[in-house]
Amino acid sequence: MAKRKKAPKLITPAMLRDSFDRRSMVVGVLQGGVGVLLATRMGYIALAESQKYQMMAESNRVNLSLIPPRRGWILDRDGQPIASNRADFRVDLIPDRVIEKEKTLDELAHMLGLDEIALQDVRDRLEKARGFQPVEAGSHLSWEQFAAISVRQPDLPGVVPQRSFSRYYPSGPCVGHLVGYVGAANAKDYEKEHNPLLITPGFKIGKDGLEKVYDQVLRGEPGARRTEVTASGKIVRDLETREDVPGKPIKLTVHAGLQEYASRRIGTESGACVVIDCLTGDILCFVSMPSFDPNSFTDGVGRLEWKMLSDDDHVPLRNKLLHGLYPPGSTVKPTVALAFLEAGLSPTASVNCSGGLRVGNRVFHCWNHHGHGSVDMAKGIYQSCDVYFYHFAQQIGMDQIAKTMRKIGYGQKFPMPFPSQSFGTVPDPAWKMKKYGKEWAIYDTVNATIGQGYVQVTPLQQAVIASRLASGKMLFPRLMHDDKIGTPASLDFPQEHLDLIHSAMNEMVNGRGTGARARIPIPGVQMAGKSGTAQVVGLNIGNGKGGLWRHRDHGHFICFAPFDKPRYACAVLVEHGGGSGAAMPIAKDVMTYMFDQQKAWDALAPLEAGWGGTPQQRQATKYRAYAAQYGVSAPAVQDSDEALARESEADARPAPQPIQSDAAPPAPEPQADDTPAPAPAPSATPSGTAGPHP
Amino acid sequence: MSMTVIPTPLRGLPWGVLIPLTALVLFGATVLWSAAGGHWSPYAWKHIFNFGLFLSLAIAISRLPERAFRQSAYPIYGGLVFLLMLVEAVGKVGGGSQRWLNIGFMNLQPSELMKPGIVLVMALFYASLPPTLIRSWRALVPPVILLGVPAALVMLQPDLGTALAICFGAVVVVFMSGVPMWWFLSGGAAAAVVAPLAFFFALHDYQRKRVLVFMDPEADMLGSGYHITQSKIAIGSGGFFGKGLGNGTQSHLKYLPEAHTDFAFATMAEEWGMIGGLFILFVFFVVLFRWGMGVARRAPDRFSQLLAAGMTATIFFYVAINMMMVMGLAPVVGIPLPFISHGGSSMMTNMICIGTIMAVDRWTKGTGGRLG
Repeated sequence: MAKRKKAPKLITPAMLRDSFDRRSMVVGVLQGGVGVLLATRMGYIALAESQKYQMMAESNRVNLSLIPPRRGWILDRDGQPIASNRADFRVDLIPDRVIEKEKTLDELAHMLGLDEIALQDVRDRLEKARGFQPVEAGSHLSWEQFAAISVRQPDLPGVVPQRSFSRYYPSGPCVGHLVGYVGAANAKDYEKEHNPLLITPGFKIGKDGLEKVYDQVLRGEPGARRTEVTASGKIVRDLETREDVPGKPIKLTVHAGLQEYASRRIGTESGACVVIDCLTGDILCFVSMPSFDPNSFTDGVGRLEWKMLSDDDHVPLRNKLLHGLYPPGSTVKPTVALAFLEAGLSPTASVNCSGGLRVGNRVFHCWNHHGHGSVDMAKGIYQSCDVYFYHFAQQIGMDQIAKTMRKIGYGQKFPMPFPSQSFGTVPDPAWKMKKYGKEWAIYDTVNATIGQGYVQVTPLQQAVIASRLASGKMLFPRLMHDDKIGTPASLDFPQEHLDLIHSAMNEMVNGRGTGARARIPIPGVQMAGKSGTAQVVGLNIGNGKGGLWRHRDHGHFICFAPFDKPRYACAVLVEHGGGSGAAMPIAKDVMTYMFDQQKAWDALAPLEAGWGGTPQQRQATKYRAYAAQYGVSAPAVQDSDEALARESEADARPAPQPIQSDAAPPAPEPQADDTPAPAPAPSATPSGTAGPHP
Repeated sequence: MSMTVIPTPLRGLPWGVLIPLTALVLFGATVLWSAAGGHWSPYAWKHIFNFGLFLSLAIAISRLPERAFRQSAYPIYGGLVFLLMLVEAVGKVGGGSQRWLNIGFMNLQPSELMKPGIVLVMALFYASLPPTLIRSWRALVPPVILLGVPAALVMLQPDLGTALAICFGAVVVVFMSGVPMWWFLSGGAAAAVVAPLAFFFALHDYQRKRVLVFMDPEADMLGSGYHITQSKIAIGSGGFFGKGLGNGTQSHLKYLPEAHTDFAFATMAEEWGMIGGLFILFVFFVVLFRWGMGVARRAPDRFSQLLAAGMTATIFFYVAINMMMVMGLAPVVGIPLPFISHGGSSMMTNMICIGTIMAVDRWTKGTGGRLG
């Protein structure tokens, strides 16, 4: 075309025609070139890369969805379900696929009838979830609601209505601390285990307690459904379906009825109760109250529920049974007496109690300032005389006492299917030197022998101690029904020593002792026990019986029945119950349940009427009150999983023990005619463990 | 074409073109039948009806004498520019942009008619320009204005695809008219400079995004790259023989967007495979390369030459851009594939072009070939 540059000045139509011919060739060649290019391109896509695109078309067309497996049941010792599944219509949101969030939420709220509070909770969950993580928008839908959402699904991308199974705990809060709870996997869970099942809507993993520890057993194998779907996710037809394999059940030694009874019997108190079979070590009930309702945790905790839980000074999220550490108070005395016998002290050796014991230039007081008169070992136990123990403990020495205490279960950790447990302290001179670099002092022995000072136990240990005292055998608590029962080794206490302790503990309840309120109304069955009151604050702050709830004494009671042929051992703790008087009636009713369930239920009915119903009913009432008071103004839940984890971590750490520099004043023991413990008053700060302050 | 058994009115028709073209339209109808899930309505029946209707229009156009084209060129052009302004004004009043005028029985889209309209007016301009002036500014400035006004109005709508189609037809006429080659070379160089600037300053956000996505469709698989990716999946999964009529999953399960309009080629390719694609290319080769350009070369005078070449180029632009788009060689612009995609206005435009070429063909035969 360079020729054109030096073209002649005069241009004729013929020249233009020539130019047209030439240029039409150029255009024609360009057109042909484009045609060849298109044919080549098509050949490349349709022939060379055909396989790749066929696969992509297939993965477009076919949607493989996992069917969450039905979770294995948790059964009690008789096969009663503690955790089961129920068929459920639910709807989830996949945040990544939701296009118009507000519009979608509005539609859902309208179709599901969500109120402001529920909608806020869905919004919170949506905010926290990673994009791929399904978020529950509603469960337990009616068939009509489910059908309505299913019809609208193509217009609401990211909304997944589903027919599935959801976890169900028939007795709700009564088993919270026993089984833990399940919930949707969070981002951290997914990082740990890159399993597509974890982000399948409706799939839950164990988040705490047994549900977490036995998650792999309970989980099962997911089923799969291959469906042909349109671009908008509408299912055209099912291609094939593989059924899920339900998880295996786990069986506990717990008795579901007793578990529920004991939980309800604790009522509005904050406490723990454990019953152990004295022949096998089976844990028959494993109760820490108040508790969260694992049913409501399954869907993720809402703001109001979270506020309720965190406001409660009874700390419903803490497993007091495994993680609460308390001075055992006088419940330590039978063990100390056993140590005296081991050391060769005659049970008839007596000391005169005049209300106090002078050692050097100091006087250590007995809880009974009027004095007990002449006290031998049996009377020392059933009247809980402090002077008796002050006196002989100094003769025998702390090392001997600590040895027997450790043997019987103080300070021991048991093999339990929980990630952590506390184990308390058995102090002795070597321990004190190691921990504080200080010499053991007389007041340390004085404190230890009445279960104050450095001594700390968990309610679970208390129950094991009771069962070992009762059986004389090295029983270990057993929670899983399939674990082997070994023949428990003997603790090598002479039977006459044990008989002596047993009869003194029986006397305490059924004779001249301080525990008349724990007598069980079963003819022919006598329960032996020992009460204990652990001071929380010094007498200069409060007397431990009234005043601020968190300043009141902890109440303990350990017992077993029948006293002459021990079958069941039980330990009850009531935090800030104002003394052992709060624990004894609970222990009495729980042990009554072991022999006559109807009698026990009859005793509970009027009490529950006074408390405002079962724990579930009371929680529902409280929720309504909160909803009315706070509405949607409650602060957002940060991360309930993490908050719970923090809670149990904090529990697992040993409680700070201030160094003791003086004798703890002994806590008063209840008299037979004692008035019932005062009802707990609301107070601001929760208090779990607290030793007496110097 | 002088078979005596054929009745006289039909004898003059270019059957060598009309038969492949009809085959192509019927093939398109099967594609649309499948895209509608195996139903003749709403697309396939309408498609055939439109073809029949606008074929009559084309035959009517082909009967017009050259004089009629020359006389009506400027009035038609002026009328269309007026209508484009009217569209703009109505859109402004209505508080939004729109591309059509409702004239009672149909929506009239003036920008569609402008595609053959600009070719007509350009061809007439260069045919009337004295040959000696072809290398002067007078060969350039008036066409730039003639093109610039409607192109700007269409860009304002905004309709980039149609604006480009109008420019393409006009530029091909200018090129064929014999203006100096260096205008085009320097014009190309200028475009290379202006294009990036236009990309950043003149294009709308959504247009810019389309270009970016075209560069790398897989980067935004679920967003704007979705169209191109799904289209390539449809074509690629069809393979050589296709999945069979009615078996295309990409179109039937609605993964392929605009399966009956802009991406009809992908719908076709999924079910008919590469064979179907080659058939379409073959028909366009016959209609455009052999017949359209052939008619232009044989045409008796400058006006008819430029007219036929410009009309061919206009159809070619549709075909090339649409097929490049569905195969991922061009950004997504809303341009349908002639005679395959559903849509009355594009059928009308293309049949006007065909009718015009047929008219030129008839003039040629009437005068017994090209004149000097």
